[in-house]
Amino acid sequence: MHTLTIDGKEMRVERGTTILEAAKKIGIEIPHYCYHPGLSIAGNCRMCLVEIEGVPKLQISCYTLVSDGIKVHTRSERVIKARQAILEFLLINHPLDCPVCDQAGECYLQIYYMRHGLYNSTFLEDKVKKRKAVVIGPTVILDSERCVLCGRCVRFCDEVSKSSELGIFNRGDHSEISTFPKKELNNKYSGNVVDICPVGALTDRDFRFKCRVWYLKEKPSICPGCSNGCNVWIHYNVDRTCKAEGKRVMRIKPRFNEEVNKWWICDEGRYGYKFVDDNRIEKPYIRQQGKLIPVSWDMAIERIAGLLKKYPPESIGIVPSPQCTNEDNFVLKKLFSEHLGIKNIDYRVPSQLNVYSDDFLIREDKNPNSRGCEELGLFPKDKGLELKDMLREAENKEIKILYLMNHDLVKKMGREEVALALSSVDSLIFQGTNFNETVEFADFLLPSSTFAEKDGTFINQSGRVQKINKALEPLGDSLSEWKIFVKIARELGIPVEYGGPEEIFFDITKEISSFVGLSYSLIGDEGINLY
Amino acid sequence: MKNDSLSFWERLYIKEVLKGLILTSKHFFQNMKVHILNLFGVKTERKGAVTIQYPEEKKSLSTRHRNLHRLTVREDDSPRCVACMMCETICPAKCIYIVAGEHPDPSIEKYPVSFDIDLGICVYCGFCVEACPEDAIRMDTRMLEIASYSREGMKYNKEMLMDHNKYCKKD
Repeated sequence: MHTLTIDGKEMRVERGTTILEAAKKIGIEIPHYCYHPGLSIAGNCRMCLVEIEGVPKLQISCYTLVSDGIKVHTRSERVIKARQAILEFLLINHPLDCPVCDQAGECYLQIYYMRHGLYNSTFLEDKVKKRKAVVIGPTVILDSERCVLCGRCVRFCDEVSKSSELGIFNRGDHSEISTFPKKELNNKYSGNVVDICPVGALTDRDFRFKCRVWYLKEKPSICPGCSNGCNVWIHYNVDRTCKAEGKRVMRIKPRFNEEVNKWWICDEGRYGYKFVDDNRIEKPYIRQQGKLIPVSWDMAIERIAGLLKKYPPESIGIVPSPQCTNEDNFVLKKLFSEHLGIKNIDYRVPSQLNVYSDDFLIREDKNPNSRGCEELGLFPKDKGLELKDMLREAENKEIKILYLMNHDLVKKMGREEVALALSSVDSLIFQGTNFNETVEFADFLLPSSTFAEKDGTFINQSGRVQKINKALEPLGDSLSEWKIFVKIARELGIPVEYGGPEEIFFDITKEISSFVGLSYSLIGDEGINLY
Repeated sequence: MKNDSLSFWERLYIKEVLKGLILTSKHFFQNMKVHILNLFGVKTERKGAVTIQYPEEKKSLSTRHRNLHRLTVREDDSPRCVACMMCETICPAKCIYIVAGEHPDPSIEKYPVSFDIDLGICVYCGFCVEACPEDAIRMDTRMLEIASYSREGMKYNKEMLMDHNKYCKKD
């Protein structure tokens, strides 16, 4: 441990801490461009200069380790003058693109200029013009003029994605970031370079010009793309419906979580949000004379409750979804298993073959809550049927009702494999978010809400319970899954009544042993491990 | 503000009414005299009436006056607007709706795919003009005749707003 003083405040930190990190711990923000906690230290932007008593020159705080007894000044006159000069230097050739640049509002040149710069320009020279709007990969566009050559993106490609597509080329004020010849920035994590770019040099092709950042609202959530459960921010815009054809979710950004995903998310998760607004089932439907007719919730619930009453539990098969939250699945289990005595419950739909996975963030299981389904016991017990047996029995007319929760069986198992079974059942109930090929077979469609439209918990593959938060109102008439089950229970006169996900979670912690001792407040935004 | 209390004669009402009638009649007869003289080709240098003969004649407006918006154009007649949404953001009435898009020319980069103003809700505050960093929107067309029989008619799109440049002399 070292004792040091920063701006007159004494503190003790571990050996090997840098001054920048030490200052951050006591809430002193030292401006910086090239330093990023997730990357190696380059020390080339010179923005984080601080004064250390007894050291003649200013030192870069991102690379200077603390030593015992030093006195650091981060706001002395010399430091402030140096910062101004550095900013002036960085802005020599920087174009005034703020009205056009997607980073406006999130740009550290803007922010630091307003906080530390505010000088009068003394430069009369012409600006060096560089390439603009260069497509360097499927997800990223480069604007060389705006780049401050901090090298974060280069280090990201070298150290995190380990694909090394980017480099800094040329000398002096002709230096620019670019991809190596005949290469493009195309890796599974390429979107992250946009997040770490402190200025608008790298912008996201998906987000480009869709919405200005000051219109965005954010909500902490969990990526539903795979079982890793990366922490994300949902950035959405609901005030200006004229934007982006009324689409609500604008982008997904990674949210720091030391235990799960650090600062990063994969491109698959980042751009996998489109289903929230596209091709949604917005109303309940019932098939009449071969056509799906939109109906009211009351009518759909009444008909489904009637079916559940009419058929014996042995002839009903339920396929819960690992895309749903624990709360949804718990109410499902209460209603179908405990009260209706249905034993044919199996969430294990085979995942598609040859899906990409790696040892960093992307997992093979593309469901965020398979572990939760496992913990809740949503698989057949006491001679209940597995999914493939259910489908076989459906072909034999033994299973009469199949209740599918957001599974595209046609896509996952193949049309030939499931077509006969799905068309043989008396009633196929599909409860889900989006239209897909399986919907063609459905007799009932119940619209449910996506992860962005509800509260609840997921458990990732390593057993970490994490919370998703409602950012948006459910689209159309769609409802959270648990609300639909409560409606059905009410219609059947079964006492399954809940007021909200927190209430359901409280019951889960009482009834499921591995959840004992947990609560929403314990999970927080960071999540908590099951054991 | 303090109201002056009325005098006795003013409170009597009749005298004030007569005063008004006299003033109106004075103008009437004066105008009639000049109109008749004009009819016979006498004293034609004198204006026929003291009032402004709208719409043939228009009142001159202050140079600061804010009126119908226009979107200024570049030399090639494309909009100067880069869809930065500053005007949309500052607009207190929220009557501006812009959708941005990628321009094929990387030196322009961004342009408004659509730019709509709903003059039915516009409060003519001029903030949009102040906020624009590109001098792309102005309220100097000196056009006041923007009434419409429907709310839809008060909505102006990008093409219409660019067309309003015709009310301004080319520099």
